[in-house]
Amino acid sequence: MAAAPNFEVAKLTGEITVPKLREGAMAGIKSYNANDKMQEALGFPGALVEDWHDRAIGKMGELLKKYRSLQVFMDACVHCGACTDKCHYYLGTSDPKNMPVARQELMRQVYRRYFTFAGKYFPKLVGAKDLTKEILDDWYSYYYQCSECRRCSVYCPYGIDTAEITMAGREILDSIGVGQKYSNEILGKLIRIGNNLGLPGPAILDTLQGLEEDVLDETGIPVRFPLDEEGAEVLLVTPSADFFSEPHVESLIGYAKVFHAAGISWTMSTKASEAGNFGLFIGSYENMRKAALRIRDAALELGVKRIVVGECGHAWRVAYSFWNTLTGVGDGAAEADEFAKKLQAQLDHSVPQPSHICEFTHDLLKRGVIKVDKSKNDHRIITFHDSCNVSRASRMGDMPGGQFIIPREVIKMVANHYQDMAPGTTHEATFCCGGGGGLLTDDLMEVRVKGAQPRMEAFKDVVDSNKVNFLALICAICKAQFTKVLPYYGYDMGMVGGVHQLVGTAIELPGLGAGPVEEEAEEAESEAAAAGDE
Amino acid sequence: MSTLSIIYVVLFYVATLLLVVGLARKIVQYTRSPAPLKIPTTPAPTSTSGVAYRMAKEVVLFESLFKSSKWTWIFGWMFHFGMLLVLVRHLRYFVADVPGWLAAMQPFGKYAAFMMVAGLAGLWARRFLVDRVRYISTLSDHLMLALLMAIGISGALMTFVSHTDIVSLKMFALGLVRLSPQPVPETPILLVHLATVAALMIIFPISKLLHAPGVFFSPTRNQVDNPRERRHLADWAAQLEK
Repeated sequence: MAAAPNFEVAKLTGEITVPKLREGAMAGIKSYNANDKMQEALGFPGALVEDWHDRAIGKMGELLKKYRSLQVFMDACVHCGACTDKCHYYLGTSDPKNMPVARQELMRQVYRRYFTFAGKYFPKLVGAKDLTKEILDDWYSYYYQCSECRRCSVYCPYGIDTAEITMAGREILDSIGVGQKYSNEILGKLIRIGNNLGLPGPAILDTLQGLEEDVLDETGIPVRFPLDEEGAEVLLVTPSADFFSEPHVESLIGYAKVFHAAGISWTMSTKASEAGNFGLFIGSYENMRKAALRIRDAALELGVKRIVVGECGHAWRVAYSFWNTLTGVGDGAAEADEFAKKLQAQLDHSVPQPSHICEFTHDLLKRGVIKVDKSKNDHRIITFHDSCNVSRASRMGDMPGGQFIIPREVIKMVANHYQDMAPGTTHEATFCCGGGGGLLTDDLMEVRVKGAQPRMEAFKDVVDSNKVNFLALICAICKAQFTKVLPYYGYDMGMVGGVHQLVGTAIELPGLGAGPVEEEAEEAESEAAAAGDE
Repeated sequence: MSTLSIIYVVLFYVATLLLVVGLARKIVQYTRSPAPLKIPTTPAPTSTSGVAYRMAKEVVLFESLFKSSKWTWIFGWMFHFGMLLVLVRHLRYFVADVPGWLAAMQPFGKYAAFMMVAGLAGLWARRFLVDRVRYISTLSDHLMLALLMAIGISGALMTFVSHTDIVSLKMFALGLVRLSPQPVPETPILLVHLATVAALMIIFPISKLLHAPGVFFSPTRNQVDNPRERRHLADWAAQLEK
């Protein structure tokens, strides 16, 4: 348990209430700035540039031209207030600048002043303001109190997504030399080394060998954790936290058991040893692309047919929604598009590219390729937290909303006791864990703990009413965040785990070798292939 | 023609020009700005027809607003739908021969003014009564409501209390359409009504009223959820691959 916090932690009631606003409640909160090395590694100035004012306005003008989202969202808001009680950070902190519309206004006031007729000539009337150092400070403070979870965008009558504005705000700040240490340092490691933790290849290999030994000791079965194996069928790209963090590693063991039981050859990659991509968080298309290209390169080098993504929320957003755009991992490139065609010709399009590990396991479970003993999870009463990026920025399966159905079906196929949290806190209305979007750093602990409150209220409700003792997750950030935050609210961090931890517990591993199973899997696969791709 | 009539004729031509040119410029700007990444708020439709259905629900029923705040939804929908009926009713002043359906809907259009004004009143009340909405309200938000309220109330007064000379009004309106200006009936309420309408037209393209065209261009609402099936690439992003 962490040291006693120097801030007040709300006492949970099991119900989510909308607080009266308290101006300035979180005004002093700032995460650490990136140093010059971290900044320059991403192509940003090392410190605040002298002509910051003009460059910031110039960058805003550039982004308005590059992103229709930003242009429309700057214009369309009518201050209706629909979003004001939707952000978990507002609900948890009661700081009005954490209301989505107010967070947007931090940028909109400047947009109006420099880019609109009304703001240029009647600034007072429309609340337009010159860009000042004070406003920059507000931007830094409040754009790093947003987890880019998109809950507000569900409720906005014009679909205004504060995440887009937060990303633009961070991009402008980065472009004048003001970056955040946590996000930019990690992104630098990812681009330079291949994963957020900065683990070199030998360290990953060592960890994976250790896991092979652990699983062998525990089950007596030689489940493999292959790395950089050319010619494997599947490339698994997973958050690097899965390699050693608890409870993340339990899910990695779960994936390995699934591949073993299905008899499908797979590999991980040192080059693509990270599914996460913090380029998303800071709104930097170029850096996000650079990081994602490592996955393309690894897939081409290893010659894999399928790319499967492990449990990570924002990573799945980037993989599902952006990989095809950024790297060509996907389908449907135009004939003349040689860049994407090169990779797409190699991939097996009878399955979605990329696939989420839950889609992958769900399919194997449904077809009976892998078998489970559900009773092994009988000591657990499980609830599932919909991760924000998975819920509101991606999909699984072939129908809208599959991202809600498939993980729940996987859980119910491997466990007997499942209980959803209250409606209004799940599916597309889910609350962020409080640590997403680049906020998972100790210097923002107050924001994280308070932002987790709405989720914790819903969790308390099912713990009290249904004796839930396991919070199932499919996101590395959610896992790290809840492990840290649950104790603040009086719960044991051991209640947190991954969906594939549950799969790993219940799965039946075929005895020695994978002879008969492989045949079964191949048979099943040829059946699926015969069914044709859609 | 009196000076006043000349002022009103010029006012309406200028207002129309600013409205049309201003809106067209914004729409061109929205059309030309790229959306480099697939960002529909999911769950989202996986086909174009699905997107049309989603957008229709958003524009006609204010579906997202319904999910978020019932009070704002009720007042907002009353105002917008009331205003729509009122606007349709006003077409009678711009066509020489009023078609049957337009004549038949006149009573609905007349009473819709109450719905419109009541909706506005509710929306305005929220700006004072709800602390969060009070915090985000700017002077221009209040003035916009005042302007719409002035239009609605002055119009309703002429319909239900102090009738105006609608025969000359129709001549004035038709004169504008036919580019052969006619004098404006010089009754104070009508003059207020017309001036506020012209003001609304002028500020439309430079204010938050841009939410009307904006919603159609919102990538979170108008994109098809098919990023794995089709490669989506903006021109400026494609340059990075060269």
